[in-house]
Amino acid sequence: MKNTTLPQLYQEMRRVRTFEERVGELFVRGQSAGSMLHLSIGEESAAVGVCARMRDGDTFTTHHRGHGIFLARGADPDRMMAEIAGKDTGYCHGKGGSMHIADMGLGHLGANAIVGGGIPAVVGAGLSARHQKSGAVSVAFFGDGATGQGILYESMNMAALWKLPVMFVCINNQYGMGTRIDQATANPDLHERAAAFGLAARTVDGLEVEDVVEAATDLMEQARGGTPAFLAIDCYRFYGHARKDKSPYREELEEEEGRKKDPVLQAREKLLTTGLMDTAELDALDDEIAREMDAAIDFAIAGEEPQMQSMFRDVYAPTEPEPEPVRTRLDRILAQG
Amino acid sequence: MALQETTYRDALRLALHEAMQTDDTVILLGEEVGRYGGAYGVTKDLIKEFGADRVIDTPISEAAIVGTAVGAAMTGLRPVAELMYVDFIGMTMDQLANQAAKIRYMFGGQIGVPMVLRTQGGTGRSAGAQHSQSLEAYVMHTPGLRLAMPATVEDAYHLLRQSLQQPDPVVFIEHKGLYTMKGTVDADAEPVAWGQANLLRAGADLVIVTYSRQVHHALVAAQTLHSEHGINAAVLDLRTLNPLDFDTIRPLVEDAGRAMVVSEGVMTCGVAAELAARITEECFDFLEDPVVRVAGEDIPISVSPLLEQNSVPTPELIAETARKMFP
Ligand SMILES: Cc1ncc(C[n+]2csc(CCOP(=O)(O)OP(=O)(O)O)c2C)c(N)n1
Ligand SMILES: [Mg+2]
Repeated sequence: MKNTTLPQLYQEMRRVRTFEERVGELFVRGQSAGSMLHLSIGEESAAVGVCARMRDGDTFTTHHRGHGIFLARGADPDRMMAEIAGKDTGYCHGKGGSMHIADMGLGHLGANAIVGGGIPAVVGAGLSARHQKSGAVSVAFFGDGATGQGILYESMNMAALWKLPVMFVCINNQYGMGTRIDQATANPDLHERAAAFGLAARTVDGLEVEDVVEAATDLMEQARGGTPAFLAIDCYRFYGHARKDKSPYREELEEEEGRKKDPVLQAREKLLTTGLMDTAELDALDDEIAREMDAAIDFAIAGEEPQMQSMFRDVYAPTEPEPEPVRTRLDRILAQG
Repeated sequence: MALQETTYRDALRLALHEAMQTDDTVILLGEEVGRYGGAYGVTKDLIKEFGADRVIDTPISEAAIVGTAVGAAMTGLRPVAELMYVDFIGMTMDQLANQAAKIRYMFGGQIGVPMVLRTQGGTGRSAGAQHSQSLEAYVMHTPGLRLAMPATVEDAYHLLRQSLQQPDPVVFIEHKGLYTMKGTVDADAEPVAWGQANLLRAGADLVIVTYSRQVHHALVAAQTLHSEHGINAAVLDLRTLNPLDFDTIRPLVEDAGRAMVVSEGVMTCGVAAELAARITEECFDFLEDPVVRVAGEDIPISVSPLLEQNSVPTPELIAETARKMFP
């Protein structure tokens, strides 16, 4: 297995943290496509801890707060940032943006702006994996808010019924927009629901990334063997829901406490106290990552806007005719008159 | 109360406020409508005044939100459910189209479903393919559902008040690009009646039939057509698509002899298609030209602002197209 030593896990989490900070900067500089940017700061151990156990050929879907997951699966920060800026040089040529980023090459079946929208696809991917005997697992990442959607339960039931190599990962950052988890459900022990459907189910605290890795190792092994799994990871959404939300619905004290549950700092402290890395080494690593992510911003800003005609591309397969533009149609009709 | 300067957003809020004050069966329910005050701020602070029993924050469960509204409406409440984005309507479509829309009919007229489903749609925020659509045609294609789409601050208020008096389910679609638009509301004035279109600009050469944000694009285009090309275009704001006020459309088109329909929704099988077909059938003998549709491209909306802006009708496209109708 790759990337499971603490220095490696720290490095990946720091990359996610710094990337997200740069996304915030892209927005402030007026270079992002819109403000619907959802940062995963505070949730790095979920992305990195689970992805550390995924293999080449595995597939996954994410929710709208999925930058960190994609990065942890090996995404190129340049092309991610360019996509977030709506540029042709991005993963989806500026059509998808932050909430609809994807890369089939890395098994990323797509981020989703519909809460719960990406969940059932992993059931389908599980069917494919079984049919093709590929040994792959398919993982759905989603937030606690998605536990309000019926489709989660339909999907878990089918995965359990058909014994599919599927894992459901609920990143419980305590909030869906302004609604705290206990305001959205009478039973916040989310893994109990999955257990009721017959899935292998656990909840883990996301503070220690190694705990997440341990839980993911256990559950993903079971999923690969045909016992679908569910993992809830407790963490805290450090900042507002999207870029313009300043979380007026949360007490400052609560936020302060919540931000103490910082998996990146936790790992850093542990590296120092165990002597695995010293401050100079950590600082050098952080600097190197900062340069990598600065370069991503430069790449995004330098990128070309999509060509206007590209708007008609990829509605259908490339072998099919593109939809006729309204202008062309109008010119044709009005020329007859 | 009388005349007040306000915004589209606050006019909506005022309508909800007054309805809740005068009728204690009115309740609001939806994601973030309470403490958060609505994703676009329409229900801001209403929970403070009316309490969490009447302004109800829900889990992210669109199908059940609409279904709950259906049941509440059948049993004595007048629920206003909020769907944060019209793009999520598909998730509620069974409750809306198979339940709300058909209950009166299936059950032989025993009961109606007097609920309002407030939502918002349209482009303008780089919100991407799943948060920028104009899906009013889904609703208009379903008998049993009323459909209101306010374009002005005045109508944000009056149409919502009127929606809350309807005996049948009303889908009320706001436009995300209009919330900060300023205007005046006269709560005491006699509003344009429910189901009636509003002629916002007279013009003898061409009738532009439209609704929601495209009303404003059409008005800009009409101004350009007049000042730069001497073409006089009328602009008709439909206000409600069901009921559809064809009695107002007909004489205008018969007089002008030319009609254009403008909609932000995609062209194919859209509201514009229905309107163009109807005008063609009913006014055929009076038409000098085919009825022209200016509508959204038959494509999803991109997050790229450049592609997004050009996926839907612009004032320039409306004016340019109208000009070509007068060779
Ligand atoms: C079907 C649907 N309903 C509502 C929304 C609006 N919305 C976007 S994110 C969100 C909160 C999601 O919370 P959670 O699943 O916990 O994810 P988090 O934002 O905390 O990462 C809501 C209500 C949406 N995008 N899709
Ligand atoms: Mg959450």
